[in-house]
Amino acid sequence: MSDTKNLVEVRDLKMHFPVKTGWNKTIPLKAVDGVSFDIKPGETLGLVGESGCGKTTVGRTLLRLYTPTSGEFRYNGELVTEKNMPSLRKEMQMVFQDPYSSLNPRMTVEDIIGEPLDVHKLYSSRDERREKILKLMETVGLNAEHATRYAHEFSGGQRQRIGIARALAVDPKFIVCDEPVSALDVSIQAQVVNMFEELQEKLGVAYLFIAHDLLVVHHISDRIAVMYLGKIVEIADADELNENPIHPYTTSLLSAVPIPDPNIARSRKRITLEGEIPSPLHTPSGCAFRTRCPYATEKCAQECPTLQDRGNGHQVACFNR
Amino acid sequence: MSEKILEVKNLHTSFFTDSGEVKAVNGVSFSLEAGKILGIVGESGSGKSVTAYSIMQILAGTGKVVEGEILYKGENILNYNKNQMRSFRGKVCSIIFQDPMTSLNPTFTIGSQLMEAILLHTDRNKEQARERAAEMLTLVGVNEPEKRLKQYPHELSGGMRQRVMIAMALACEPDILIADEPTTALDVTIQAQILELMQDLQKKLGMAIIMVTHDLGVIAGMCDEVIVMYGGRVCERGTADAIFYHSAHEYTKGLLRSIPSASNMKEKLVPIEGTPINLLNMPKGCAFCSRCDNAMKICLEQKPDEMWVGEDHLASCWMNVKKEMQEKAGVTNE
Repeated sequence: MSDTKNLVEVRDLKMHFPVKTGWNKTIPLKAVDGVSFDIKPGETLGLVGESGCGKTTVGRTLLRLYTPTSGEFRYNGELVTEKNMPSLRKEMQMVFQDPYSSLNPRMTVEDIIGEPLDVHKLYSSRDERREKILKLMETVGLNAEHATRYAHEFSGGQRQRIGIARALAVDPKFIVCDEPVSALDVSIQAQVVNMFEELQEKLGVAYLFIAHDLLVVHHISDRIAVMYLGKIVEIADADELNENPIHPYTTSLLSAVPIPDPNIARSRKRITLEGEIPSPLHTPSGCAFRTRCPYATEKCAQECPTLQDRGNGHQVACFNR
Repeated sequence: MSEKILEVKNLHTSFFTDSGEVKAVNGVSFSLEAGKILGIVGESGSGKSVTAYSIMQILAGTGKVVEGEILYKGENILNYNKNQMRSFRGKVCSIIFQDPMTSLNPTFTIGSQLMEAILLHTDRNKEQARERAAEMLTLVGVNEPEKRLKQYPHELSGGMRQRVMIAMALACEPDILIADEPTTALDVTIQAQILELMQDLQKKLGMAIIMVTHDLGVIAGMCDEVIVMYGGRVCERGTADAIFYHSAHEYTKGLLRSIPSASNMKEKLVPIEGTPINLLNMPKGCAFCSRCDNAMKICLEQKPDEMWVGEDHLASCWMNVKKEMQEKAGVTNE
């Protein structure tokens, strides 16, 4: 279907955390349980789901902030392992959710942005370092005089810009954005979303954009993957997913999003889900969603549905829809 | 015709900090009709929560209402003494907070926290209060209420805790319920459940709700009337339709342009440039003028008053005056 090579290929990624339940008993918490997806160069894949579904863990596991339990991650065709990760870090970066805790309060902006340059030795002289930092600051819309200030002197939106400049310092081709706008005010959100889009046009970076705000994700993403309890239940083109959701979880998730338009809000029918997400320590057998699913049958309890292509790359993991 | 149950007149609330007086609320007025849902929307620092806290008189130590009146059925509650205020809170007016984890006491059971308000405000005995607590939990959709009464907050999920908070707030059948970002900490599907529950309860029990939020989507879905706040002042007020479809303040317009919606999915968002204002250093004119694309000379110098821009629709923006003058001039030219 596509001619361009995949930049990121994830196959059956699993991340299980051991959780102590007795003095010598542990059970696995299946935060990510067999996730596969591809991202092309310069593409944005949105990853949505409710808290506890494992979307953040996917991002962190890709960058080896956690060592995955099993599964494969290929970057540009090359298998990512513990060994070659340090050099690959130059290619992949991360932007974190909370701009207040992800910046060191004891470092100046110059040092925060300069740290990746130091680590990867990307300059030959002090002057070159400073020049690079100032250029990065300009790219994200910060003034040169901000360089000597500390993180606490900035507002949330500006701090997020510092975090983005730090990620861009090593000239990466793939950035994991973990809820980068959810801590920001509405009017500032748009500034940062626009900046992500402009940077992509200019630098051709690919994003894994993790967020729970479906409107923002729809706006920024080319394709969207929906996660529920450690598994991807549906993955499709952003517009296709919004207009034609198939999985019952996606349908209810989309119908629950508050739409800022009174007429639409009044006329549409909400599909309210019963109950809450089961604990990831005791996931239901078969399809994890069956306990809240209006279409669940006997089969859902016994077998776990896998992602099936329904045409045009619209993949769904459901027996009944 | 429904009666005005709560009237806030020219409310000024300030916090006295080491670096000076922070004017969090600067002359806010509104009235709440019985059985209606009023939405207050704004960004952080716009004074929306402080307005709510001023009504409940639960401001932090350094905060003080410096001017204005808050009238409940014609009586100014700012003149209430401690005991009167105590019976006002919970019985007449209740509040639910954003974070259900920090607003419940982790060291007491759900039951004892629910019963506390009931025992304080009604003449039920302990047994009856317990029954009432269980009844309230059933009403807000908590399963196995008898078991829940004995549980501690940490044993419940976020959505369940927020339901308990709502049950607690409504246990004494207040006339007014203030909801301060009640669903911000919750997931979308849980948010939908809680909002639906609030609307159902509002229909069943008939209390008035003040919905404080930053989420325009939440406002669009449930409010009869909307107030948009910026920098401690009211920018615009009107019915939800008026605010969303005929917004008449540059800030509201900017806010609506900056959020993604079905209509602008393929276009670039139009952000509001700049950062929210510093409340320590309020400008002389319109609070929004430093971020406004259409700011004029008068915006810098003089604070715009609220003006009628339609039926049940007020906005405080000089642009409307300009528009009006242009229309008049246009008529005379012809």
